[in-house]
Amino acid sequence: MGKMFAVVLVIIALLSAYPIVTHKYVPPVDISTHGHAIDEQLNDTMAEAGLAFLGAQFLLAFFIWKFTGLKRDAKVSSIPAGAKIMVAAAFILVGTEVLALGVFGQKAWANVYFTSPAPDALQVQAQAEQFAFYFRYPGPDGKFGPLHPDKIDEGSGNFFGLDPANDVESRDDVVAAEMAIPVNKEIHMLMHAKDVGHSFFVRELRIQQDFVPGLDLSLHFTATKIGKYEIVCTQLCGLGHYNMKAYLNVLSQDDFDKWMKEKIAEQ
Amino acid sequence: MEETSAQPAHVHAPPQGFLWKYVFSLDHKVIGKQYYALALVAVFTGMVLSWLMRFHLVWPNAHIPGLEFLSKVGAPGGVITPEYYLSLLTMHGTLMVFFVLTNAPFAAFGNYFLPIQIGAEDMAFPRFNMMSFWVTFSAFIVLVLAFFIPDGPPISGWTAYAPLSAVGSDAGPGLGWGQNCWAISIALFCAGSLLGALNFIATTIDLRAKGMTFMRMPICTWAWFITSCIALLAFAVLLPACILLILDRTAGTSFFIPSGLVVSDKLQPHSGGSPLLWQHLFWFFGHPEVYIAILPAAGIVSHILINSMRKPLLSAKAIIYSMMSIAFLSYMVWGHHMFLSGMNPLSGLAFSFPTLTITIPATILTLIWLGSLYGANIRITAASLFALGFISMFVSGGVSGFFLAQPSIDIYLHATYFVVGHFHMVMGVAALFGVFSGTYFWFGKMTGRMMNETLGKLHFWITFIGTYCIFMPFHYLGLVGNIRRYSTFVDDFMGPLMPLHKFITIAALITGAAQFIFLYNLIYSRFKGAPAPDNPWEGTTLEWSVPSPPPWNNFGDKHPIIYHDPYQYGVKGSKGDYIMQDSPEQAAIPASGD
Repeated sequence: MGKMFAVVLVIIALLSAYPIVTHKYVPPVDISTHGHAIDEQLNDTMAEAGLAFLGAQFLLAFFIWKFTGLKRDAKVSSIPAGAKIMVAAAFILVGTEVLALGVFGQKAWANVYFTSPAPDALQVQAQAEQFAFYFRYPGPDGKFGPLHPDKIDEGSGNFFGLDPANDVESRDDVVAAEMAIPVNKEIHMLMHAKDVGHSFFVRELRIQQDFVPGLDLSLHFTATKIGKYEIVCTQLCGLGHYNMKAYLNVLSQDDFDKWMKEKIAEQ
Repeated sequence: MEETSAQPAHVHAPPQGFLWKYVFSLDHKVIGKQYYALALVAVFTGMVLSWLMRFHLVWPNAHIPGLEFLSKVGAPGGVITPEYYLSLLTMHGTLMVFFVLTNAPFAAFGNYFLPIQIGAEDMAFPRFNMMSFWVTFSAFIVLVLAFFIPDGPPISGWTAYAPLSAVGSDAGPGLGWGQNCWAISIALFCAGSLLGALNFIATTIDLRAKGMTFMRMPICTWAWFITSCIALLAFAVLLPACILLILDRTAGTSFFIPSGLVVSDKLQPHSGGSPLLWQHLFWFFGHPEVYIAILPAAGIVSHILINSMRKPLLSAKAIIYSMMSIAFLSYMVWGHHMFLSGMNPLSGLAFSFPTLTITIPATILTLIWLGSLYGANIRITAASLFALGFISMFVSGGVSGFFLAQPSIDIYLHATYFVVGHFHMVMGVAALFGVFSGTYFWFGKMTGRMMNETLGKLHFWITFIGTYCIFMPFHYLGLVGNIRRYSTFVDDFMGPLMPLHKFITIAALITGAAQFIFLYNLIYSRFKGAPAPDNPWEGTTLEWSVPSPPPWNNFGDKHPIIYHDPYQYGVKGSKGDYIMQDSPEQAAIPASGD
C-alpha cells in the first residue's frame, strides 16, 4: 500500500501543477501602469513555490516508496549528516528566498502606496454603501463640497449627503453610478464608506483596497486600456454583498470630456 | 532541566455514580472524550453547512428537501437565499475554527494524553478542567441557538468585522440576536479555553513524574504545552474584544463604530470608535489561532510517525525549537490579514517580513519529517497514512502562504478563493489529518477497543484524494480573481468558472460522504471492535504502559519513574525493537537522534 501511496502522491502533484504550468488559470490582462510589477512578483513566487511544492511531494513519495513494505525486523538507519543539514538547508534556501521575495516584492507594493499622486491627477471620490458604489467628481471648480450624513436621501438621489443650498462647492459636483475615467491619466481616488466596511477591487487594474467607515483613504492609479471593467466589493458587507458591483469605464480623453459634459448638463 | 517528582496535590477520589463519572467528571480522560464528542458534533454540522453552501453555489435555485424546516425565511421552499448563504458561511467558519480545530487536536487529545504522557494522575486543576469543558459546551449551545431564533444566524462571517457586526439589525438579518449569540458564544469559548490553557501549563510544569525532564517529554506533549501558551495570550485578547463588541451592540458604546454612519437610511447614534480596532484585536487572536490548530496536529503526527517509522526523528530538539519559534512569531504577523485595510502602508512591510520568516521554522519541521523517513521501516496503518498525508497537506497549504505573505501580491489575491484554498489546506485539512491520525492511533487506548483498519484505510484514500480535488482548484479560482463570500456567480464575470465550481462541489459531496465511514467505524468499533491490547503499536511512551482504557487514576497505585528519552526505537530491547520510557532496561545500541 505504501507504493500505491507514492504513486498517487506523484500523480496528485503533477495534476495539481498542470493547470499552472499550462497557464490555464491566470489573472486577466493587466491594464494599469503599476500592475506588471505585481504580476512579475506573482510569477516569480509561483516558480519558487511550485518548485518547493513539487520537490517536497516527490521526495515524500520517493521515501514512502523506498521505506515501506520492508521486513518487520529490517534495520533502520539515518542520514549520516542528520538534522544539521536539514536546519542549514532551511535557513539558507528559505532564508534567501524570503529575503529575495521580501526585498524585491516591496518594490511592487511601494509603486502603489509610497508614491504621491501627480498634482494634476483627476480626483474622483468613491463612496461605498450597502450595496452600491457611487462616484463624485469635483466639477468645473475643482473642489468637492462637504458631506453631511444627515442629508443623505437615497430617494431623491442625494447619495453623498450634499447640501448645494448652503455649500457653494457642492453645486457643480457630478455624481454618477459608474466610474468613468480617461485613459492614461492618473486618477486620485478618495474613498469613503457610508455604512459598513466594503472594498474596491478591479481585477484588471490590480487594485484592491478596503473602504473603512470613519477613515477616508486615498489611492492613485493610471489605467492604460480603453474598456469597461467590473468593480466588485470584496469585503463582506451584508446580504446583497454578492450583488454589489459597478463598472469602471476607461474612455479616451475626448469621450471622457463628452461624458463629463453630459453629466454636468444632467445635474 | 530539573526533574520533578511532584504528584498531584489534589488527587480526587474515584468518581461515584453516572452523573459524576460521565457528565460532571473531574477525570481528564472523560473530559478529553467530552471535548472529542463535542468536536465530532460540530464537525459534522459544519460539514453539512459546507455541503449546503457548495450546493447553492452551483445550483442556486435547486430545492433541497427538508431545508425549509430549518429556516422558513432563509430557505423558503427549500431554496437557499443569498443572506442564508452568508449565515451558513458564518456558522461553518465559527464551528470549524473554534469548536473543531481548537477542540479536537488541542483540548480533546491534550486533555486525554498530556497527563498520562508525563506520568501524572490528573490535571493540576481538575475542577477548572471540568468547568472549561462545560463553559465550552455552553458556548456551543449559545452559538447553535442562533439557528432557531426568528432573525436567523449572523451574516458577518467568522471574522465578524465591525461595524457590520456592531451596529445591530439595521445592517441586515441575523445581525440582531443572531450576532449577539455569536459574540456571547465566542466570549464563553474564550473563557473556557483560558481555563484549559492555564491547566495545561500548570500540569506540564508541576506534575511531571520522577525522571520526566522537559526534554524527555514526548513531542506531542511539547506541542500541547506550547499551544497552551499561545492560547493563553490569544484568547486573553479575543475575550475583551468580544465584550467590547457586546457593549457596542447592547449598551450604546462606540468602541468599533465611528461617527456619521448611515445604515438603512438611519444615522447611527455612535461616534469615536474605530473599525480597525476590532480587526487588530481579532487578528491578534486570529493568527495565533492558526497555530493553535496546527501545532498540536504537528505534534501528534510527529509522535505517530516516529512510532510508524520505528526510529526517532533526526532531531526532536529541532522540532521543539521550531514550534517555539512559530509560537513566538505568530504574535508578530497579525497585520498580514490587514494589508488592504487602510493601515499605514509601512506596516504592510513590517508585517510581511516576520510572516515570510515563519517559513523557516515551518520548513525545518517539514525537512526533519522528510529527512527522518530516510532509512525508516515504515509500518502502513490508517494512523500512519494520515500522518504521511499530513506532511503532504502541510506542504501544499504552506507554499501558498508565500504568496499571501507579500503585500504586493495580496493586492490581487486578497479575498479570493486562493486565500480560502490556502487556509483550508493548511489549517483545516492538515489539522484534521492530525486528528484522524490520532484517532486511529489512540482509539484503542481511549475505549479499550481497536478501530477497523480496513475501513480506516478506505477513509484515508477517499479523504486524501478528495480534499486535493476540493482545495487545489480553489487556488486556480483565486488566480483568475474569483472572490470569496459571494453567494452566486451565475450572472457574473465568473460564469466561465462554473464547471470548476461544479467539480469542487461534487468532490465535496463525495469526500464529505466518506466521513460517514469514519463515523460508522467510530461507533461500531466502540461497541464491537476487537479488544485493544495495552500496547498495540509497540509504542514507547507512558500511555502504552497503562491498561486500555486506563483506570481512573491512570497508573493505579504506581508512580512511574522515567529512565529514557521518549523514543527508544530501532534498538535491541527485550520486547523487540523498542524500549519503553519507564523501563530501566538499557539499549545495547542507543537510539539515533538527539
